[in-house]
Amino acid sequence: MASILRFRKLCYVEPVKCSSLGFESFETPKIEKKDDRGAVKAVESTVGEKQKKKSSKRQPREWRCMDYCCLTVGYVCTAWWLLLFLYHCLPAALPGFQVPEAPGARLRREGLTALHPVVLVPGIVTGGLELWEGRPCSEGLFRKRLWGGSFTEIFKRPLCWLEHLTLHNQTGLDPPGIRVRAVPGLVAADYFAPGYFVWAVLIENLARIGYEGKNLYMAAYDWRLSFQNTEIRDQALSRLKSKIELMFVTNGNKKVVVVPHSMGVIYFFHFLKWVESPPPMGGGGGTGWCAKHIKAIMNIGPAFLGVPKAVSNIFSAEAKDVAFVRSMDPGVLDSEILGLQTLEHVMRVCRTWDSIISLIPKGGETIWGNLDWSPEEGYNCDLAKKRYAQPSLLDSNDTNSDGKMEFQIKESVRYGRIISFGKATSQLPSSQLPNLGSKDFLRTSNPTKFNSLCSEVWTEYDEMSRDGIRKIAENKAYTARTFLDLLRFVAPKMMQRAEAQFSHGIADNLDDPKYAHYKYWSNPLETKLPDAPDMEIYCLYGVGLPTERSYVYKLSPTDRCKSIPFRIDSSAEGSDGGCLKGGVYFVDGDESVPVLSAGFMCAKGWKGRTRFNPSGIATYVREYRHKPPASLFEGRGVESGAHVDIMGNVALIEDVLRVAAGATGVEMGGDRIYSDIMRMSDRINLRL
Amino acid sequence: MLRRRKGSEPEKSSGGDSKDQREDESKKEKEKEKEKEKGKLKSTKKWSCIDNCCWFVGCICSIWWFLLFLFNAMPASFPQYVTEAITGPLPDPPGVKLRKEGLTVKHPVVFVPGIVTGGLELWEGHQCADGLFRKRLWGGTFGEVYKRPLCWVEHMSLDNETGLDPPGIRIRPVSGLVAADYFAPGYFVWAVLIANLARIGYEEKTMYMAAYDWRISFQNTEVRDQSLSRIKSNIELMVATNGGKKVVVIPHSMGVLYFLHFMKWVEAPAPMGGGGGSGWCAKHIKAVMNIGGPFLGVPKAVSGLFSAEAKDIAVARGIAPGFLDADVFGLQTLQHVMRMTRTWDSTMSMIPKGGDTVWGNLDWSPEAEYSCNPKKQMNNDNKTADQTEKGSLGLKNSMNYGRIISFGKDVAEAHSSRIERLDFRGAVKGKNFVNTTCRDIWTEYDDMGIGGVQAVVDYKSYTADSILDLLHFVAPKMMSRGDAHFSYGIADNLDDPKYKHYKYWSNPLETKLPNAPDMEIYSMYGVGIPTERAYVYKLTPGAECYIPFQIDTSADGSSKDTCLKGGVFSVDGDETVPVLSAGFMCAKAWRGKTRFNPSGIQTYIREYDHAPPANLLEGRGTQSGAHVDIMGNFALIEDIIRVAAGATGKDLGGDRVYSDIFKWSEKINLKL
Repeated sequence: MASILRFRKLCYVEPVKCSSLGFESFETPKIEKKDDRGAVKAVESTVGEKQKKKSSKRQPREWRCMDYCCLTVGYVCTAWWLLLFLYHCLPAALPGFQVPEAPGARLRREGLTALHPVVLVPGIVTGGLELWEGRPCSEGLFRKRLWGGSFTEIFKRPLCWLEHLTLHNQTGLDPPGIRVRAVPGLVAADYFAPGYFVWAVLIENLARIGYEGKNLYMAAYDWRLSFQNTEIRDQALSRLKSKIELMFVTNGNKKVVVVPHSMGVIYFFHFLKWVESPPPMGGGGGTGWCAKHIKAIMNIGPAFLGVPKAVSNIFSAEAKDVAFVRSMDPGVLDSEILGLQTLEHVMRVCRTWDSIISLIPKGGETIWGNLDWSPEEGYNCDLAKKRYAQPSLLDSNDTNSDGKMEFQIKESVRYGRIISFGKATSQLPSSQLPNLGSKDFLRTSNPTKFNSLCSEVWTEYDEMSRDGIRKIAENKAYTARTFLDLLRFVAPKMMQRAEAQFSHGIADNLDDPKYAHYKYWSNPLETKLPDAPDMEIYCLYGVGLPTERSYVYKLSPTDRCKSIPFRIDSSAEGSDGGCLKGGVYFVDGDESVPVLSAGFMCAKGWKGRTRFNPSGIATYVREYRHKPPASLFEGRGVESGAHVDIMGNVALIEDVLRVAAGATGVEMGGDRIYSDIMRMSDRINLRL
Repeated sequence: MLRRRKGSEPEKSSGGDSKDQREDESKKEKEKEKEKEKGKLKSTKKWSCIDNCCWFVGCICSIWWFLLFLFNAMPASFPQYVTEAITGPLPDPPGVKLRKEGLTVKHPVVFVPGIVTGGLELWEGHQCADGLFRKRLWGGTFGEVYKRPLCWVEHMSLDNETGLDPPGIRIRPVSGLVAADYFAPGYFVWAVLIANLARIGYEEKTMYMAAYDWRISFQNTEVRDQSLSRIKSNIELMVATNGGKKVVVIPHSMGVLYFLHFMKWVEAPAPMGGGGGSGWCAKHIKAVMNIGGPFLGVPKAVSGLFSAEAKDIAVARGIAPGFLDADVFGLQTLQHVMRMTRTWDSTMSMIPKGGDTVWGNLDWSPEAEYSCNPKKQMNNDNKTADQTEKGSLGLKNSMNYGRIISFGKDVAEAHSSRIERLDFRGAVKGKNFVNTTCRDIWTEYDDMGIGGVQAVVDYKSYTADSILDLLHFVAPKMMSRGDAHFSYGIADNLDDPKYKHYKYWSNPLETKLPNAPDMEIYSMYGVGIPTERAYVYKLTPGAECYIPFQIDTSADGSSKDTCLKGGVFSVDGDETVPVLSAGFMCAKAWRGKTRFNPSGIQTYIREYDHAPPANLLEGRGTQSGAHVDIMGNFALIEDIIRVAAGATGKDLGGDRVYSDIFKWSEKINLKL
């Protein structure tokens, strides 16, 4: 496929090149020649002859067209092969272009070697999934990747592909007759697609200081399932436990360093509770398991408190790259190849994936702000960019920060309203909003099914009446708390499934026996950290990129059957320097996870000895300021702060390597903060 | 070739040029028809050689793309339709068939791949291996062999003294099912079995590929990679997560010995063993289904070590014979191969074990009366009828299989009393002055000198016992390494404390089976293919830098039904492992309660008669008995699936024997 594309590109380039090469030297003499010959011929030929020739000429003329085609193809091919050959002859490093030294090689010279075994926990979407059993339409795909790799099957048989990735609507497990399983091993998430690295760079650098298969483990799991279901169906948690124990024993009783990424962070958080809980529900490791086996958890881009992107994804399947899928092939999702219903299909598939629910913002209004207040208010998008670009100005900014604050309060963004209907609503003071309690529209349930025609694409919107939809829009603004009510209304079945698996609140009393249930284990605000005073928790994330925080919605203009009734109002633009762009309010973060979600727990929730962290595990916040790649040669950059690209950030890799080789957080210099995370955390009024 | 392509660049421009002009002309055509003729005339004139070349290339490319497009557009089941149209409806693959019978996943399954079939990947290498990080050096396409052969050999070799990694190089086994599902693209090893198991519900959590680095000795896989610990931990995990169901282990080829080693290791106490305690096997293992197991070694290993000539000791040879035999390394391919393979300790695990008692002495061997030609009918017909008749016939031209290596065909066939032998053991190895130029390739033959080589030849013929002395003589360093890890004898007293050492663990004649009366051991192997058993050697003519010995390929048997072909005496087997080695333990030494099998573990022999694929469409056949191809044998797969789904050996029907294994076993005089 790729080669054909490349070839096509060449087709466009080649003729131009040819002509530019040859024209000056050959053109003029030829034309003269032709004219001469033409003149002679013209004299000789008569009208009758001409017609004869015309008829006889037809055959060779057609031939010539074919011939020329073949000729061109031949030229292009040979040229292409020649270039390919030259390319292969090329030395790996061009003489002029200096490859920056890999951090692994540098640290090796410093004398670092493999010490602690390393466990990698991939996040959502990045892990590969392969087919073990499928419907007839998936013939020949046994043990081939459905997710990850080249994604060719999407184009070949899109509906079949969707069918196989969908989970069962009621149970959240496999539909009958279909088994799609996580790819095991390092290959599961080293590259997401060919050339698009996820863990590969980190793995390579770890290998430089001596890591290999026996002390490096990728805890691949099926990221579509809820966390507890990965244990029920695949025993993924048990495997992880066994692998950690094995590595601990075979590497001379060295504790492991765990490196989870994105949703893997909350997955591993779930594991921490699971492993120490008693057997029927947990892993039966007993208290002290974590203290005995884990040295440090280095969370990369952690989504501890959820991400607002998940909201828009569930609500209208519009999260701009909640996955990279969207960024990778936006054309596919936005265009309507699946028979005019791409988005609906995507929504239907996504809504069967329980794991997405784990990413809904947690902590309600206390963390994410209410109608009028939010911890991030006062953040200035434009200013932020400038500040990151010119760190020298940082001091001057700080000196007149009072003035800045005053200036901003006037037009501070109400991030707390995660969803507002209409731009105006998102900016009005709360007193002017219609005072419609969320419970109100819950009472008006039992909507009539009016569109049985549309039942083949199952999104629960089909079962909602126009009335219900209008009511939702009338309610104007939703915060992190009321949004959950909203979801329960628009997607009752999904939420019913999901609420057995996840919880999004804040615990008042952590010793309440109800918190022994697994649905609380992935919410850091409803669980205690394990009793492991020597363990270290790192929050490593990128900053300096605008990150989605809240949305301006509108009702979908078409009243077409089966369409999703809500859309992000992409026409809503803020004034200059505003944080509102295309219907989305932005805030500081790593493009997917806002700073607040990634940093709050390490910066405040767990700092020191709190009720969430009774044993006083040391926490460190390490931020990496985003810098776009300087040139094309750098690919995705070695100083990127973006959610996935940060895995190639040399500073982050160095930190991970140092800890794996035995360094502690204090030795690395403790916290490293560029954002306002401390100030934001201070504003959050959470009992600790 | 290259230059001509370059030359085409300016020509091409003129081609494009004329095309442009043609377009210009076409505008005028309507007005002046004459122009047409001119255009035609000109273009026909301008067809030059290069144009023709390009035209040709273009045609081929377009056709190729067109076909490729058709191929991709073709529905996946198309080849099957074609096959069915030609050969009639195909039988269901065993997985589908058994699923219809209602079989479902029950016991977790562990695969133990054999030598050569497992993939190896690079984790750290020298400069020349840039860009190959975590790429397969062994398995896959073997592209690097062609691109940088010397670099490849350097990385695949192990340290000469330790048998472990050379400094600065780390090659590690690929892990997971991908390690050995396909050896090379399209050349399946375990893939068919995996696919069929998946049909009845197996998946990643109930299947485990115990991949290990097959180059190093068994105990070293634990020392370096903790491979044995990993297998132990994974088996324990699978038993725990599958409701206490014991595992079914399926080792193949050398994996059989590896797993034998594992079973001793896991119950041995901690510093040397795995500390599982006695009863670990009884608790965790339901059955061991050995496929093509070289329990007592393979004669191929001898020729492999002696002269690197074992015809396909590896599959590699079968796949790329041209490559190994040709001289891509600058005339010294074989030497390079030999140097590389001699650093691999694992090849020494397959030297024939049991000495003369099992493999025969100068005049006697258990297979002596085997006759090569009637074998095929015999296997197909019911054979017992004319046993006696054939026996008397066989006596006349019985083969001296016991002489695993003989120098000269006459020596191989003469009676032992007529062979004059000079003992080589004390012979002085002269300095070899000639080949200081060959120093860069280290095979220990360089150290032997002419005197040593002549001494080897003068001994004339070698039996399984003296083979060991021979190898010690010609390759002292390698064998001293190997002696620390493997042993080839027969134990007199199995309770001797020396047998607690790990070097005895992979030799079934020097270890007891674990105390696990409920366990079952299967020996499954193909029969009906001539298999190397003994060799006729000769001195290499004009051998300075060469390996001084080579198989005398001109030695052919005289009569029609001879077993000697191309310098190799062959016997019944699966092309690699002779029946004797694969079947003897299960047929006799472990049958019932013996001293090797104190707890009376049940053993079963399942033989699969080789039937070559009926036509090309079948690929490597569904009834093959060949060493690796047997993994696609439907009967074998069915047996495995049944056992994995809970059947016992009795349910399968007990033994299924086509060869003379029981008769041959009887002849072996071993204290049980």
